[in-house]
This record gives sequence, C-alpha cells and structure tokens, in this order.
Amino acid sequence: MSNHRLELAHITKRYPAVVANSEVSLTVAPGQTHAVLGENGAGKSTLMKIIYGAVAPDEGTMRFDGRPVNVRNPQEARALGISMVFQHFSLFDTLTVAQNVWLGLDKSLSLAQVTRNIEAKAAEYGLDVHPQRLVHTLSVGEMQRVEIIRALLTNPRLLILDEPTSVLTPQAVDKLFVVLKKLASEGCSILYISHKLHEIRELCTACTVLRGGKVTGVCDPRQESNASLSRMMIGAEPPALEHHARQAGDVVLRVRDLHLRAQDPFGVDLHGVSLDVRAGEVVGVAGVSGNGQQELLYALSGEDARAPAQSIEVFGRAVGRLGPARRRALGLHSIPEERLGRGAVPTLGLAHNLLLTRGESVGHGGWLRMGNLQKQAADIIARFNVKAGGPNAAAKSLSGGNLQKFLVGREIDANPRLLIVSQPTWGVDVGAAAQIRGELLALRDAGCAVLVVSEELEELFENCDRLYVIAKGRVSPSVARADASVPQIGEWMSGLWEGAHAAA
Amino acid sequence: MLRLEARPEPSRAWSIAAPLLALLLTVVIGVLLFTALGKDPVKGLQVFFWEPLSSGYRLGELMVKATPLLIIALGLAVCFRSNVWNIGAEGQFIVGAIAAGGVALMAGKETGRWIVIAVVFAGIAGGMLWAAITALLRDRFNASEILVSLMLVYIAEQLLNYLVFGPWKDPGGYNFPQSKAFAAVTQIPRLFTGSRVSIGLPIALLGVAALWVFLFRTRSGFAQQVGGLAPAAARYAGFSSRNALWIALLASGGAAGLAGALEVAGPIGQLTPYVPAGYGFAAIIVAFVGRLHPVGMVFAAVLMSMFYIGGELAQSRLGLPKSLTGVFQGLLLFTLLACDTLIAYRVRFSRQAPRVGVPTMPQPARTESH
Repeated sequence: MSNHRLELAHITKRYPAVVANSEVSLTVAPGQTHAVLGENGAGKSTLMKIIYGAVAPDEGTMRFDGRPVNVRNPQEARALGISMVFQHFSLFDTLTVAQNVWLGLDKSLSLAQVTRNIEAKAAEYGLDVHPQRLVHTLSVGEMQRVEIIRALLTNPRLLILDEPTSVLTPQAVDKLFVVLKKLASEGCSILYISHKLHEIRELCTACTVLRGGKVTGVCDPRQESNASLSRMMIGAEPPALEHHARQAGDVVLRVRDLHLRAQDPFGVDLHGVSLDVRAGEVVGVAGVSGNGQQELLYALSGEDARAPAQSIEVFGRAVGRLGPARRRALGLHSIPEERLGRGAVPTLGLAHNLLLTRGESVGHGGWLRMGNLQKQAADIIARFNVKAGGPNAAAKSLSGGNLQKFLVGREIDANPRLLIVSQPTWGVDVGAAAQIRGELLALRDAGCAVLVVSEELEELFENCDRLYVIAKGRVSPSVARADASVPQIGEWMSGLWEGAHAAA
Repeated sequence: MLRLEARPEPSRAWSIAAPLLALLLTVVIGVLLFTALGKDPVKGLQVFFWEPLSSGYRLGELMVKATPLLIIALGLAVCFRSNVWNIGAEGQFIVGAIAAGGVALMAGKETGRWIVIAVVFAGIAGGMLWAAITALLRDRFNASEILVSLMLVYIAEQLLNYLVFGPWKDPGGYNFPQSKAFAAVTQIPRLFTGSRVSIGLPIALLGVAALWVFLFRTRSGFAQQVGGLAPAAARYAGFSSRNALWIALLASGGAAGLAGALEVAGPIGQLTPYVPAGYGFAAIIVAFVGRLHPVGMVFAAVLMSMFYIGGELAQSRLGLPKSLTGVFQGLLLFTLLACDTLIAYRVRFSRQAPRVGVPTMPQPARTESH
C-alpha cells in the first residue's frame, strides 16, 4: 500500500442540491502526473478541495504515503506536502504579491527572504511576476503565476494544478511542462486538472475521468485519442466546427494610432494601436494576459471613453469619446472577461441582468415591462441551452459555463453588427465552449464583425480568419490564419514582430 | 459545538424573519433591562408596545412621529441601495426646516393659503441644497460622503442656532431662542380635527408607492441599484456613477428637507433649537430594519415611532430617563445586524468529528520519503 503517494477510497460529498462526488476512488503513484478530466460541474474541483482539506467529505478515506490521514484544513495539507493552485485565486487584492505569498507560508521566513525566493523561483521557471505589485492591479494570467509560484515555494510532494495553462503562451506552456516533468522526475506527484485533451495526452501518465461526480474511466492518456477521452468525459464527441472561408465585407471597426495612458498605475499604456475588423470576419487578438488587452477592450467598448474621438471609428463614425450605451446604439456589443460582477450583477436574476445591455423591454419614460423581460430571458435561456433555474435565477447561481452562454446569448440576441468578446471560453466546459464558438461563427456568417481577444491560441486558430498579437501595449500587423503558425505567433507574443523595433 | 455554515443561496425566509427575530430579542433584552432597573417588566413592555396603540389620539401621535421617519427613510433607501452613504439626513432635515421656516416667517396678514406650497417646496430645496454640498465634494474631490454628510449635520445645527439666537429671534419672545410663531395660514393642513396627523401622512404613503415604482419598475431605478450592487457592471452597461451619486443625494436630501418642512410648519409651528429630534439618524435604522424596501420601511417607521412615544411615556410613568428611546433603537439595530447573519449562514450544531469513516491520524503529520 505504501507505494502510493495518494490514495482516495469511496469519497462522497453531498451538497444540499447536488452530490458533488459519489464513491470516488483514485490512486497517484510517486512521481506520477495524473490527470483529472471532466466537464465543469463534474466534481473535479470539489475532489481537489477535499484532498487539500478545504472541504470535508461526508464519507470515504484518504491515505497519503500509505498512512490514513484526516486533512482538516489547508495548513495540514501543506504540512503533509500537498500544494494547490486554484482555478479561482485565493489572493488578497490589497496586498502585494510578496505579502500574499508570505501569508500562505509558514512564518519562519522574513518578507525580504520570501521576496528573494519569489524572484529566484520566478527566474527559474520563467514566470514573470514583480513581487512588489499589488494584486488588484494584476491580470488574471498574472494572478495565476503568483499562485503557481506560491505553490512551488512550499516544495510540494503532491502538487495540484487546476487548469494552469489557460493563460500562458505556447512557449510558456512548453516551459511549464518542462518544469512539471522535472518536478515529477524529482518524485513530486502532480494532479493535473484540465479540459485540454492534447495537453493531458502530452504531459500525463495516468488519467481519471469524472462525469456527474462519478468515476467513468481510468486510463493511460498516452494510449488514448482525443475522441476516446472526450467520449469518457461527456459521453459523446463534441460536434466538429464548420469553418467556411468567407469574403469579408466593409470595415466596421477601424482603430488608428490609438495612444492611451493607463488609468491604473500598474496598467499598460496603449502605444499606436491600429487594427481593422470587417463585416463577416472573425478577428483574433492573441497575447499573454496583462499586455494591454484590458485597456484596449475598455477603450473599444466605451468603458474608458478618454480615447481621441477619431482614433476609434465604428461604421465611419468617430466614437472614441462615446460611452458604452451610445456605442451599443451603433451596434457595438461587448462581452467582458469578468462574467460575475461586470458582465452580470451576481445577486440579480437573469431577466434583470438583460437590462444591462438590452432595452427592448423598456417602455416610455424608462418603464420596465416585466412580462416582456421575463419572456425575453426565457427565450435566451431556451435558445442558447442555458441550464438555469429560470428567468429569475440569480446570476451567481449559474455555473461559469452556463452564465457565459447566457451572456453570449444576451449579446448575440441583440443582433450586433460588431461584437467584441474577451476570453469567450475561459473556464467553460468542452460542450459549452463548442457551442459558444459555433454561435460566434454563425454570427460571422450572418455578416457581423467579430473581434475575439483571447489568451488561448488553440481557440484563436480554430475560430479566427485573421490574427493580431498584442504585446506590451502594442499591436502587431495582422496575419491571415492560413499564413500563421503557432511558433510565429508565440514569438510575436513576446513583442518580436517585424517593425516592432522601429515602432519602439 | 455551534458552527456557522455558508448557505448556497441567501435565504429569502430569513430576510423577512431576521427583523422579527431582532424585534423579539430587543423585547427580551428590554425585559432584562427593566428587571435590572427594578421596574416591573410587564409594565415596561406595556408602556412601549401597548400604550402607544391604546387610543385614537395615541395612534395619531404614532403617525405624527412615523411620518417624518418614513419620508426620510424612503430617500435614504435610494442612497443606500446605490451604495451612497448619506449619514447626514439630520442636517438636510434641519436646513429644510430652516428654509421652510424662512418662507413661513414671510407670511403676513393678507397672505393666502398657497403659502403652504411655497413652504413645502422651500423645505425640499433646502434639503437638496445641503445634500448637494456633499455630492459636489464627492464628485469633484472624491471626499468621503459619510464624513462630509455627517459633519454637515453639526454645521446645520449651528446655522439654526445662529438664526434663532440672532437675526430671526422673536423680538417679543422674552429673549428665548426661538423665532416668531408662524402665521396660522402657513400651517400644514391637518387630516382630522382633534388630531395632529397632517397631509404629511398621505404624502409619505404616496412616496412609498413612488419609491416602489422607481426601484422596481423603471430603468433609472434599476441603473441606480446596479451601481450599488456591482459598480463594474454599471460601468460595463454604461450607467453613469456620477448621475447615480447626484440622484441619490438629491433624492434623500429633498426627502429629508420635506420632512423638515412638514415638521416645522406642522406640529412645531416655529423655529427653535429643538427642531432636530434625531429623526435623520433614526431613519437610518428605519431604512435598514425595513430592508430598504418601501413597504418594509412603513412597518419599521411605525416601530421606531413607538420607541419614541414609549420613551416619553417611560419617563412620565416609570420615572426612567427618556434616553431609553435611544437604547431601544440601538438594540434593535444591533440585534438586526446580528440576525442578518442568518440570511447568508445557517447555524449547525456539530459534534467534534464532522466526518464519518475517516480515521484520525495516529501521529503528527510528518512524512518521510519512501
């Protein structure tokens, strides 16, 4: 028995509404990189939290290095040598990176030592993070890097990673995999949660598949195909996307030489950004998070209306100074990366959340026609196959994927002429992601101009007709998807494209 | 062992039950308080919870005090729902009273009944003006509206004192710090003879309906609340946070000023240093006990009004200090804040080991390599 690093037997966890884990058993050998594969809501995160002591199981046993253990909290887990990088970050916004890391470690080190250790680990693994920055100024990708460094600093014997690669450049993913393989060769076991099948097949030596809280398969992913893994995970293969080449129409969005100082002291200034999006094409903006994507998106959506009017044109109209509502009236709709709290008000029902961007149910004098609003929400829920308690279900009661389907549905249903989407499938399960991509392509085929800003290259290559790359607040020339390669785009993501030096 | 466990969803039942439980706890603590003071607790409770309801006149008095509380709370609900923390309704009430009083003092022998309308609107304008100072400082200089509005209360009190001790002092008033009594023509119309209940009551109830419509049936009411619930979502939608700030402060300032006008040209009938009775602060409690909901605040205003009258009765009947009113109001607010925990959490009685089937570790969690 003692040759297993971790052994779970018959773990069951019930929540008031659902059984998150039912009779789950799983074994991880020392030095093994073990994938846990499953759709959102399959119970992966709950299982990991149980191992990490953040959630107590109702039934079942856990052994670590052959000995029965009762991990009552994350401190005990860390004392055992279990570290975790969460999908939802547990960082304090008002503290610096170093302070956050320091809080999670035992208190034998001084803050200055921790700062040095962070710099050393960051350099060793190529994870670019400044220890003195305040966490609230970091992008999602940067926060994840902090979490990874924090986990590595505890020299774990079992490292749990929840969707770690979604915010890395392909080169950085390769680098991370080198790190993880090195860790594994040093005897550290890794539990790797992901929905990216090719990553799992490349990295992992064992795989446990969960569906609906139950184990539906244990396999060696190197022996499996994407299709067979996908079948175990969702019971079916995701529909293949049909991507027809299509003649693009007139320019809808024209950005010319947009310079904009960041509002946030740690934000990224935009330098001479120029880009075009034509009717009937999907244009992607690739880049590692924190390179000016947020600033660009706010300038385009109108949340930041400080841009010179002429620098942003929609259908030939200078809109740089218009707010989001005025731009929406021109047909420009946007879907933010942050779904809860920006794209939707967490505590309000779905119907009310329509009112953020939709005015069809608003009558004379701003009077709300509640019946209409309910029906409108119910229609979107039905049309986009959103799993929700109904039009009045609070936005925060939906899973990430379902909320995203609703938000995408809300904007697509408005028949936009220009749609700007940020990270459309971030943290969304395979089925929902395929559906969202399909909807975006359908919108394109209907003649809408679509701009997708994403950190997932795979997704951009799958969806887009043309690609730009954003790095350090500058935007590269565009390249047709057919002419683009992953290594080339990856290099551009570091800011190295032809003419970049002349511009700099 | 008692444990708090987060609920998956905030409980609707508890959001209504919490104020009731808070009231119950307030009564229980009240009983203990009366016992500790050596008074008969039954008598004490009777004074607070039965006598204010015991006659038509008393019911009228209950309404007289509930009216300004409700009107102010309605305005504050707009503020608090939009995350604007106006703590200075008392100051806006005072300036509203001063403005209304100034107009009322201008009335002469041949002035018509129309002056009442001017008095009321002067009160609203005065309250709005006072709140606008807070809005301006917040908007222009990002000053904390909590501190600014609160400090403006004390300035308003000094302004009132200056007027009644100085330029507006009644020459025939034996040097008392008070203005001339307002002409009868300025009196806010009463609903019934023999009762002091004025048209303020129907105005307040109209306000309840208006607020309900604004909050739940208009887009601007929706936009106002999104700014409070999720500021980033408001920015995304394009709802202006500056508009929300000004609407919130002008609405609550206007409401407090209206209450001031109705009070000074109603039951009081002149300006004195005793115009501020703490309604502006008590209305904050009314707003929260009433869940910031227009209908809920009606009940809360009546309850707080009972505490006012109960406190006065306790003074005359039981020989207890009048500050008992404040004690009960404070108790209610604190027990409510405590009970509100139950909306988001449930109490679990758990044994020592929360899990079944997991043997506890025989040794400390030290591991060695294999």
